[in-house]
Amino acid sequence: MSRITPRVMGGLAILLALLLVAPALLGGYGLSVLILVLYFAYVGQAWNIMMGFAGQLSLGHALYAGLGGYMAAGLYFHYGIGPWAGMFVGVAAAVAAAAVVGYLGFRFSLAGVYFALLTIAFAEFTRIGFDNWPWTGESGGMFLRVERGVTDVANLRGGPVLFYYVILFLAVAAFVLCRLLLESRLGRYWLAIREDAEAAQAVGVPVLKCKMLAVTISAALTALAGVWNAFYYNNLFPETAFAMGRSIEITLAPIIGGLGTLFGPFVGAVVLTGLGEIFTAVGDKLDIPGIKQVFYGLALLVIVMYRPAGIWPWLAARLGIK
Amino acid sequence: MTGARLELAGLSKDFRGLRAVHDVGFTVPAGAIHALIGPNGAGKTTIFNMIAGVHVPTAGTVSLDGRKISGLRPDKVCDAGVGRTFQIVRPFRGLSVLENVTIGALHRRPHLPDARHAAEAILQRLGLADRRHQPAESLTLPDRKRLEVARALATEPKLLLLDEVMAGLRPTEVDVMVAFLRELNAQTGLTILLIEHVMRAVMALAAHVVVVSYGEKIAEGTPAEITRHQAVLDVYLGEEEVA
Ligand SMILES: Nc1ncnc2c1ncn2[C@@H]1O[C@H](COP(=O)(O)OP(=O)(O)OP(=O)(O)O)[C@@H](O)[C@H]1O
Ligand SMILES: [Mg+2]
Repeated sequence: MSRITPRVMGGLAILLALLLVAPALLGGYGLSVLILVLYFAYVGQAWNIMMGFAGQLSLGHALYAGLGGYMAAGLYFHYGIGPWAGMFVGVAAAVAAAAVVGYLGFRFSLAGVYFALLTIAFAEFTRIGFDNWPWTGESGGMFLRVERGVTDVANLRGGPVLFYYVILFLAVAAFVLCRLLLESRLGRYWLAIREDAEAAQAVGVPVLKCKMLAVTISAALTALAGVWNAFYYNNLFPETAFAMGRSIEITLAPIIGGLGTLFGPFVGAVVLTGLGEIFTAVGDKLDIPGIKQVFYGLALLVIVMYRPAGIWPWLAARLGIK
Repeated sequence: MTGARLELAGLSKDFRGLRAVHDVGFTVPAGAIHALIGPNGAGKTTIFNMIAGVHVPTAGTVSLDGRKISGLRPDKVCDAGVGRTFQIVRPFRGLSVLENVTIGALHRRPHLPDARHAAEAILQRLGLADRRHQPAESLTLPDRKRLEVARALATEPKLLLLDEVMAGLRPTEVDVMVAFLRELNAQTGLTILLIEHVMRAVMALAAHVVVVSYGEKIAEGTPAEITRHQAVLDVYLGEEEVA
């Protein structure tokens, strides 16, 4: 397993220092890109717990992000309750949903794509429900009031710098948490389940319990991303919050970066966001509708074909980190 | 680590009409090494799977030191003190040999460094120490069989179920494994039940042999008695010779 050597530690310290001072060095555009990178690194890390560690494919993680976002935003919108309190409700809702999805899937031994279908179905049901729930503003959406120039940390109201530091904190915390989990009994049990659940059970791994922990921890972290997202963008629509596309988006950074690795989600997020920005610029120049998506799709295809285990394992080998 | 007494009574298993095991009963005293033999498809692995909690028996019970364990989930059976290997090996393929055994050791040692330490010692004893950082999927079949034994032992069982761990081993390797199991049994008093087609190993290890054919127990006794038993000779006629 990846041992964190002094050299890696040094590299991480420099990276963290750079990230801490980044708002002072970068302009508005640069910061907005970095915010995206950290967001995808963070949700990717959360999703990676399920797929990368425990081997359970979820293609419905938008459910947890959407629930987290809607609960916190709704409490603020309707009752003026700030997200620092609202996030607990958001996390609780996501964990409850994850417990239902997990229990149905794992108790009845739905594996692989069948489990994935179940996760998609739940995200879809929820989308339809929210489309018709007046509290959420239904399909017309929910909008949080934006006051320019006001910074109100207690209610998570402010400019990009505030959101930058919040997502940076989340990304770093998730990294540390995943590292601790992976180096614990639970983490090793997840790997065992991923490799062979029946063999794991034979050496005493309580498989159902461990899978339930994976899905609920992953959902809780994802819900926080949803809260952050709702307050950063100030609007929520069931159509996008619970969309299949949103779920897929969450999976990309760890897949491209390296499933089951600690650095994979971050590396994947850097590459994906970078490519996204480049292809957007190219698309604007060429002025051909949809060309960005074509380039982006091709790039993903090439990466997955040539680095099926992801970029990080290959990069780590080149850097001599093992 | 001490051994536990295993008792099977009236054990049966039907698979949708197919009677895989029918009314099998026998006892393995604490600290003994017994063998379970029989032709292909006789129901040996099915008996193991009922002991290990993979299959719930259609009828009958399995008990360990007088406590009923049949019907428990496999991880609970492991908690109760049963370690098992898989006939068709099931290593954690993508993980290293050391990680494979460490995961077994985590069962009784919740802290990763302790578990890893215990795993190192077991790998040493099974001659896998120099391969410990290799991914399990890169091992040869005989080494995978050893890894199965190492991982099961790491859970510190009181009863070890070995399903054809000698298959595919060269005669000298069989002797090494036999010597290892004998020493382990002598040192720890661990009870061992082994399914084995390699008669050389059965004769060398087992004090007592149970023979099954078409899901039923047809004979049991010392290895010497078994080789003289007419029903056993009939069953094995045209198969490999006994002894
Ligand atoms: N899960 C299962 N579902 C249906 N049938 C099964 C199952 N497991 C075993 N069987 C059948 O039960 C019978 C006994 O199989 P078992 O694997 O126990 O035999 P065995 O004595 O271990 O044979 P071998 O020496 O070839 O390993 C066989 O006919 C087999 O096809
Ligand atoms: Mg068998």
